[in-house]
Amino acid sequence: MPGSTLALASAEHRKRWRRLLGQPLAVLALVFLGLLALAALLASWAGGDSGQVDLFNALAPSSPQHWLGTDELGRDLLFRLLLGGQVSLAVGLASALGAAVIGTVIGLAAGERGGWIDSLLMRGTDAMIALPLLPILIVLSAIDLTKLGFSAAVAQSENAALIRLVVLVALVGWTTTARLVRAAARETLAQDYVRAARAMGAGPLRILWRHVLPNIVAPLMVATALSVGQVILLESVLSFLGLGLDPGTASWGRMLAGAQDLLWEAPGLALYPGLAIAATVIACNLAGDGLAAAFDPRRSNRRS
Amino acid sequence: MLRYLTQRLLESVAVLFLVSAGTYVLLGLMPGDPIDLMISGNPELTIEDAQRLRAVYGLDQPILDRYFGWLGQALRGEFGYSRHFSQPAVSVLGDAVWVTLSVAAPALLLAFAIAIPLGLLAALRGGWLNRGINLAALISLSLPTFWLAIVLIYLFAVELRWLPAGGMGEGLAGRLEHLILPVSVLSLSIAGVFLRFTRAAAAEILGQDYVRTAKAKGVASVGLMLRHVLPNAALPLITLTGLQLGALFSGTVIVEILFRQLGMGRVLYDAVLGNDFNLALVALLLTTAATLLGNLLADLSHAWLDPRIGLR
Repeated sequence: MPGSTLALASAEHRKRWRRLLGQPLAVLALVFLGLLALAALLASWAGGDSGQVDLFNALAPSSPQHWLGTDELGRDLLFRLLLGGQVSLAVGLASALGAAVIGTVIGLAAGERGGWIDSLLMRGTDAMIALPLLPILIVLSAIDLTKLGFSAAVAQSENAALIRLVVLVALVGWTTTARLVRAAARETLAQDYVRAARAMGAGPLRILWRHVLPNIVAPLMVATALSVGQVILLESVLSFLGLGLDPGTASWGRMLAGAQDLLWEAPGLALYPGLAIAATVIACNLAGDGLAAAFDPRRSNRRS
Repeated sequence: MLRYLTQRLLESVAVLFLVSAGTYVLLGLMPGDPIDLMISGNPELTIEDAQRLRAVYGLDQPILDRYFGWLGQALRGEFGYSRHFSQPAVSVLGDAVWVTLSVAAPALLLAFAIAIPLGLLAALRGGWLNRGINLAALISLSLPTFWLAIVLIYLFAVELRWLPAGGMGEGLAGRLEHLILPVSVLSLSIAGVFLRFTRAAAAEILGQDYVRTAKAKGVASVGLMLRHVLPNAALPLITLTGLQLGALFSGTVIVEILFRQLGMGRVLYDAVLGNDFNLALVALLLTTAATLLGNLLADLSHAWLDPRIGLR
């Protein structure tokens, strides 16, 4: 009866939420991330002229007007931090989602097909995990987009830099998800009800969509949440090295790049963006661990 | 064993082959081809000269032909020239390899020295000690390496003036002094992974029957750790080390750039920024080969230490 299955499913949901709320650190982390995202979004229209360059007021210490002081061009540091938060969080989320999609497709293909496709894909994943990512990303970020067939105007726009960063990070970040999805898919595909569905003539795509995907949503969410933190770290490193975003875009890594030269005069410029990255990544990891314990207790017990 | 060895070796060669092909094709997508750069360096060259030069250097050939030509030379040990240094790329990288090793190897050892005792302690004790050590590992995983480097430079070089902010140093004592900060930063940034892993492995082993038997027979904690837990945790730890070599190299790149160490990472970064793409290609290949080799060695020593794997 569909009614009772639905009731069962919602009971399981309630149990998950209760398990999640039972972990104060994870809840705290989620609240922090929510508030950060909200503040970053609100900053754009509540900030007024805080982003204005004011050279007479450069490198000012903290004051009632500028809580964290101003940067080398006299812009409010807190406002810049929140704008940077927009970029870092958006790039982090978009890349993590992109990586999740790539990882799911590869994991499902490997788990469903098996045989030589499976071993090829998984050997490739192993190799990907072992490769030194940062040197590869440094080389990849130097690609001239006009030689890929994009027009010069598109290639030099600010959005192109953002999208390129997201694509690059997604292209290297899918490995954990692929392994998780493959393991979960194999587990589900071996179940009797899947075999029954297959015997009744269901094709592979229908089985993946109807039976496997619903079963891997939980581990997928956990893996994605955990990867957001790593992705934000990668983005900040690339931007710091001047390979990610346009110099004008305020991302946390980009802000640190400028701050390094001013370390002697204004250490605060280097302190706050770094703290923002660290706090966000710690919060993402805590939230991911919490989600793992709440949504997928069996797997997370096995892991720790 | 021999079959396993051959299979892993072939896999590594295949990956290296793919990476070299991939990077070679990517080089074609880099801004400005070598002839354009030559023209900008010498305004007297005409368009006809440029076309002739392209033919001389084989740049008018299809990219696959060029790749196989490059591969043939590379297999004979000729990796081409660095545009910036006007030297064979290999000789530029020869010195850099040692600098990178002098940063990465001590950092890895230091990370073990931090992570293994703390991981065992956390698994054995539980309670607030376990939670504290876990939090420390989480922070190590989450801190941006480059920011940690900036903070330590500020503390020890700007405020306290105890250590140099960067550079290579003169003589052995000077070199060691200049290595303290980069090695510390790198080891702190990778210790978290090893710490978490050691704790998880040790906790699992502590739950096994034979450990409980040993405990019941009155073996003290230290003896238990040294005799039963550590040898069994060592195997997965070796595999993890192999897998973490890529991350270690990535961290080395950051540390080399920030502390101005003239290692592989710094050379690669400067080469990409300076359009010296042949040097960048060779540096990337060398780094990848080193990582794959380390990974292979880790797997082999694992297979050698664990007789069960040889049977597979």
